[in-house]
Amino acid sequence: MSKNEYIIEGESPGVKKISRRDILKTAGVGGAGILIGASGIGGLLSVTEGKASSVKVSDVVPFYGRHQSGITTKAQNHVYFAALDVTTTRKEDLIMLFKEWTQAAALMSEGKPIGELSSNEFLPPKDTGEAEGLSASNLTITFGVGPSLFVKENQDRFGLKSKQPKELKDLPAFSLDALEEEWTGGDLCIQACADDMQVAFHAVRNLIRIARGKAVLRWAQPGFQRTKQADAKEGTPRNLFGFKDGSVNPDVKSEKQMNEHVWVQPGDGPNWLQNGSYLVVRRIQMFIEVWDRTNLKEQENTFGRYRDSGAPFGQKNEFDKLDLNHKQADGEDTIPVDSHVRLSHGDGSQQILRRGYSYSNGMDLKTGSFDAGLLFLSFQRSPSKQFIPIQKRLSKMDKLNEYISHRGSALFACLPGTKQGGFIGETLFM
Amino acid sequence: MKLLKVSGSLLLSSSLLFGCANSDENSAKETVKETKNTVSDSFSVVTDEYRKYAIGEIEEFVKATEAFTTAVKNGDVDQAKALYATSRVHYERAEPIAEVFGDLDPKIDAREGDVPEAEWGGYHRIEKGLWVENTTIGYEQYAEQLMKDVNLLRAKVDTVEVTPDLLITGAVDLLNEVSTSKVTGEEDRYSHTDLFDFAANVEGADKIFQLLNPALKEKDEELSKEIQIRFDDVFSLLNKHKNDEGYKVYTDLTEPEIKELSQAIDALAEPLSEIGIVTEAL
Repeated sequence: MSKNEYIIEGESPGVKKISRRDILKTAGVGGAGILIGASGIGGLLSVTEGKASSVKVSDVVPFYGRHQSGITTKAQNHVYFAALDVTTTRKEDLIMLFKEWTQAAALMSEGKPIGELSSNEFLPPKDTGEAEGLSASNLTITFGVGPSLFVKENQDRFGLKSKQPKELKDLPAFSLDALEEEWTGGDLCIQACADDMQVAFHAVRNLIRIARGKAVLRWAQPGFQRTKQADAKEGTPRNLFGFKDGSVNPDVKSEKQMNEHVWVQPGDGPNWLQNGSYLVVRRIQMFIEVWDRTNLKEQENTFGRYRDSGAPFGQKNEFDKLDLNHKQADGEDTIPVDSHVRLSHGDGSQQILRRGYSYSNGMDLKTGSFDAGLLFLSFQRSPSKQFIPIQKRLSKMDKLNEYISHRGSALFACLPGTKQGGFIGETLFM
Repeated sequence: MKLLKVSGSLLLSSSLLFGCANSDENSAKETVKETKNTVSDSFSVVTDEYRKYAIGEIEEFVKATEAFTTAVKNGDVDQAKALYATSRVHYERAEPIAEVFGDLDPKIDAREGDVPEAEWGGYHRIEKGLWVENTTIGYEQYAEQLMKDVNLLRAKVDTVEVTPDLLITGAVDLLNEVSTSKVTGEEDRYSHTDLFDFAANVEGADKIFQLLNPALKEKDEELSKEIQIRFDDVFSLLNKHKNDEGYKVYTDLTEPEIKELSQAIDALAEPLSEIGIVTEAL
């Protein structure tokens, strides 16, 4: 599947609508302002509305919409992911925080600073400044809430206990989990994705700054994948084991598929999460040194795919259908029973929208090896029906387990989107 | 524009301000000038108060250093150790003023590696002797020099011009000191008495806040409340680590406790950094 086009959140998938606001924005940013002067806004609008395809798609992903951006948005080059602990005990503070976050996130999504330079030089600048002059770089900022926001140490912290969805609880312990406290959990999360790392970092940095006194960083992990510049065809990115990762993903352009697999639907649980999604985060260390001395045949057997083409065993092309029943001449399964592709697939009924990134955090101080791996990020409508059964199978017998270790884990409910004037979290807190 | 002019003028001494008042300026300028005068007038009370406070702390510092250096010269290791941390707190509280003297600060307070080995003296050099070698022998000369430098500091402090800028910048700087060197345990790396310095820096920042708070309340009551709450948070965290000698040694803190302190300082310093709005005309 080629996932080269992206949709604007809140619009019907596959149809790229451009609103009046978008045009104005484009005009303001692109220097088409002169045009407005010459022919008036109406003229510009009629031209662009008539031939929407001729408008150069800007690198601004709209922040406002039915859903939050950064979920079905085509994966950007970089992620900066942060989990936070809430330190305030007051619900009003939480509401204030989400209001301020919404405002700041909307501005940054448009490539704007979160505040103008004050004329009072005795004040620190509102915006930290490192994204000054940079384009929006398709920045998306996605907010989520974790189980511990609702109940922590048996305390109904903010009177939200009755609103906690059944699905929003700590993931079960899977076999071989080697979770470390420092990479696990969080009351809140911020996923900032952008085609520029500095833009993504700037976003999280400013949001964390806004949160001071209300919430603190619990853990943070930057991630990367091949850039669009490096891969003009924008094929499926390869993970640090050199294999294509994410070949089987539901189609983000299909509203039907997204409603079936990603967006929380009416009746799924509490109404406040409708149009939101569950985000599973796993920080998976990859023992790349060990992998690198594994022969190609073994590597391919581990995945059940050919490294070069990414095709499943027995097929030619990456997106060819898995044939799990295919046998070799000796009667053995063509796709090994313990291969990653077979176990992930199961009976094909569980689908998740994966949006992971590789990470590399320098050296593991204990071993002298690289501390590198996968920041696994997946969105789903129901963890208990999607991620959990898949991971149960994988944790039991995935051959890949010899080369990886799950070090961190978290589950968040990503809130529904909001309209201009509203704020992310309004359905939960109000 | 108006703001810029006002804040810029605060850096000038008040005599200079009054001196340049000119009767034939136009009315627009008159307005600005009036604001200037009100602002600097209301600030002169605050800056005078702070000056008294800082000089008071430096005077205490002189006395405490006298006792400390005497113990060192008398070869009384235990006494010197007992006086080390409590002497320094006076210096740490008044750091915005003490640091104005760029030549004296390193002589009094440089840590190992901050200055070339041959020039290294002052409190931390003696600290190393006391805790690493458990001796005062060979450190008498450092004690002698330290006393001279501290006396010189006392003499020079009278010449400091306390400006609103010094206060506004100083309050946050004190907390930045905490974030960059106290939280890491690098300040008192041999004695591990960092929490004394930590608390003293926060107390110094609190003093400035209390002085500016009446003006701040008028500008932004919410901000004033917020800062007060965050100071309370930091002090109550610090209180958890008190013992009979004052504060626990830093190495007894757990990693989560250190992180908690560090994040509480961040939570305080962020709103405190907005205190500069007091320079804006009401």
